[in-house]
Amino acid sequence: MAMTMTEKILAAHAGLSEVHPGQIINAKVDLVLANELSAVVAIEEFGKIKGAVKVFDPRKVVIVPDHFTPNKDIQSAQVAKKVREFALAQRTLYFEVGRTGIEHVLLPEQGLVRPGMLVIGGDSHTCTYGGVGAFATGVGSTDVAVAWALGEVWLKVPPTIRLEFRGKKRPWVSGKDLILYAVGRLGVDGATYSALEFTGEGIAELNVAERLTMANMAVEAGAKNGIFAVDAKTESYVRTATERPYTIYQSDAEAEYAETIVFDLADIEPQVAFPHLPSNNKPVAQAGDLPIDQVVIGSCTNGRIEDLRVAAALLKGKKVHPRVRCIVIPGTQKVYLQALQEGLLETFIQADCVVSTPTCGPCLGGHMGILAEGERCVSTTNRNFVGRMGHVQSEVYLAGPAVAAASALSGQISGPQEL
Amino acid sequence: MIEGNVWKFGRDIDTDLIIAGRYCNISDPDELAKHVFEDFDPTFAGRFVPGDVIVAGANFGCGSSREVAPLCLKAAGVAAVVAPFFARIFYRNAINIGLPIFELPDAARCFGQGQGIRINPDTGTVVNLSDGTSLQAVAFPEFMQKIIGAGGLLQYAGERLRGQGNDR
Repeated sequence: MAMTMTEKILAAHAGLSEVHPGQIINAKVDLVLANELSAVVAIEEFGKIKGAVKVFDPRKVVIVPDHFTPNKDIQSAQVAKKVREFALAQRTLYFEVGRTGIEHVLLPEQGLVRPGMLVIGGDSHTCTYGGVGAFATGVGSTDVAVAWALGEVWLKVPPTIRLEFRGKKRPWVSGKDLILYAVGRLGVDGATYSALEFTGEGIAELNVAERLTMANMAVEAGAKNGIFAVDAKTESYVRTATERPYTIYQSDAEAEYAETIVFDLADIEPQVAFPHLPSNNKPVAQAGDLPIDQVVIGSCTNGRIEDLRVAAALLKGKKVHPRVRCIVIPGTQKVYLQALQEGLLETFIQADCVVSTPTCGPCLGGHMGILAEGERCVSTTNRNFVGRMGHVQSEVYLAGPAVAAASALSGQISGPQEL
Repeated sequence: MIEGNVWKFGRDIDTDLIIAGRYCNISDPDELAKHVFEDFDPTFAGRFVPGDVIVAGANFGCGSSREVAPLCLKAAGVAAVVAPFFARIFYRNAINIGLPIFELPDAARCFGQGQGIRINPDTGTVVNLSDGTSLQAVAFPEFMQKIIGAGGLLQYAGERLRGQGNDR
């Protein structure tokens, strides 16, 4: 039977020769991820599973404290402590402050996620790893606890929606603009329970960082996972990170898709998603005059070195608008160091940006850049729900690093072509 | 049998709205329950009557995977959530922690704020007690019924672990 790459990965991990959409399977997991917030709940749940003492395979369990770290308050410190003690006692993979980073930037960089793997994580943006051709999906803490115990997860095989991007990207357009555009077309529930497979010549042109950005936001259309075919760029990226083996699964030409949606890249300009849904997008050129108070450049969506380079190129030799606080957050220690070596940090600081240690921080209203009542922020993060980044009357506008940097300079929502 | 009054919500209710990110370092369900829907309506937690039912539009629970979202609804005394469909991680989490949820395509149209609702969890029959309308929720797949029957995913996992014959 012809299958999509999502179906092939699921079949292989369920010990089946084929699977079909709607089928419920028990699949072996190659990696189970948790951050400190999902882990602290999962540890409680793990303790309630009769017979569960040790995790199934400590080399396949990874815990990344990143949301409220470095600990923002006593409550968060207590959480981090409990999680650290569990990780050390169970000898799981664990990344302490100083070695850690934002989970979905860190894991691909460390070579912990590779093509053909089945990864689940206690974080909705676990779907990021489809960017390197893995099946990866977000789950809650109880599912994490059960996977720690059993090394498996139950999954319903999703139908696959194919998104085909034709033609060539316009200037200043990045993977973030493509995914904002696609989520806008699909709606926040347009891909619920489905897999999104990104294809087409426009996709082949994207670097791996942009693919990770796009897969990251598959969940914003309700998708179970987002996935990209493995090509020479993927293999080069993975080989740079690790020598560990991987398996390439490609979709069959006759595979069945629930739907194919074709996008012409000539239609896609730099985008911005208005409050309060990631699907509420429009071209930045149509944003109107909207003064802003803050810009955030970072997160699991856009905290990679490629993103910082785009922002720095625009900010170099200029100054952030006097009214604007521009917060730059490298995704990992490695990204931070690379940005230092490439001179990007100097560019940011000279431009009056603040540069933070890696953390999810402001994205989910945690710390390091919370918004006050009535404030407006352009952010390279992934969600702009009511109150997401602070006060319930604040506003988050989602964009790629180019629009974010351009807006930081002009003091209002604007595109790089307007500079 | 679940019986209470309806609290109406619109579509795409995200988990940040159910419980804000700033409270996600709280583990105590009763403490979490004090902040349920705080950014939606700060008076909600004080006004909600335990045993009442949430009837929402499509895609309830979209966004973050935070399990504290269904946990705090359960701790606040929400007897059930009824919606045309749920975001997938919320759906899993609700089943896993034992918050009763029911998929009902006509949910939003058939219920008004404050109307009486009765749900039979065994049959999936949902009745509007104010006008007598009887509706049928979508049946859970057989596998989900097995999890619910075992008393939740943790119990199911315990049984499966014993089946693997290698208690760890």
